[in-house]
Amino acid sequence: MTKSDLIEVVAGKLQIPKGKAEQIVNCIFDSMEESLRRGQRIEIRGFGSFEIRRYKAYEGRNPRTGDPVGVQPKKLPFFKVGKELKERVNAALQHNQSAQRNSGDGLTRPAPSGTSTSPRSKRPRTEASSSSVGSSS
Amino acid sequence: MTKADIIESVYERVGGYSKKEAADIVEAVFDTLKATLEAGEKIKLSGFGNFVVRDKKARVGRNPQTGEEITISARRVLTFKPSQVLKHALNS
Repeated sequence: MTKSDLIEVVAGKLQIPKGKAEQIVNCIFDSMEESLRRGQRIEIRGFGSFEIRRYKAYEGRNPRTGDPVGVQPKKLPFFKVGKELKERVNAALQHNQSAQRNSGDGLTRPAPSGTSTSPRSKRPRTEASSSSVGSSS
Repeated sequence: MTKADIIESVYERVGGYSKKEAADIVEAVFDTLKATLEAGEKIKLSGFGNFVVRDKKARVGRNPQTGEEITISARRVLTFKPSQVLKHALNS
């Protein structure tokens, strides 16, 4: 599922214009990015939390040539999956296994109980997709 | 930042919705994400990152307290890979 799929699903679910859904989805991830940029962690119950982890400088190597390269200290976002989602993701596996594994990749089954995932495809990449997010500054 | 803060920012920046509506919409977005991941499908959010569901094989681990060997069962886990754009934004 891409961002434009997400926008379509949300627009369909709530019967709101796609343009609005796009603004909202962008707004959500923009504000999350801003929060992380301020160094502030994000906690979304039932989903998970994001925090900034700081890494020290170290000497790495160019994997192709083996040459040593200095790696600067850096900050990376770290996502920790929440309990509910962790269990739901894993439960789906246990389910599929006991029911019947295989059938293609076995991974793209829609969620049970009417929570429709994306009606993917149709327009794999809308103009709505992604032009703006997270770019500037 | 919590979900309430996200709702607040949607309410302020995207016009036309009450707080209650903004809350319902934000809820719907996360519900959609969760249902998709539960179904084993990955999510690619350009400019932010990808959420990927991965299958782990069973492996032998050790109880760190007792040193006892135990089998860690096969499981499905969720990982997040931040996009280059996000990584860049955090380090500039």
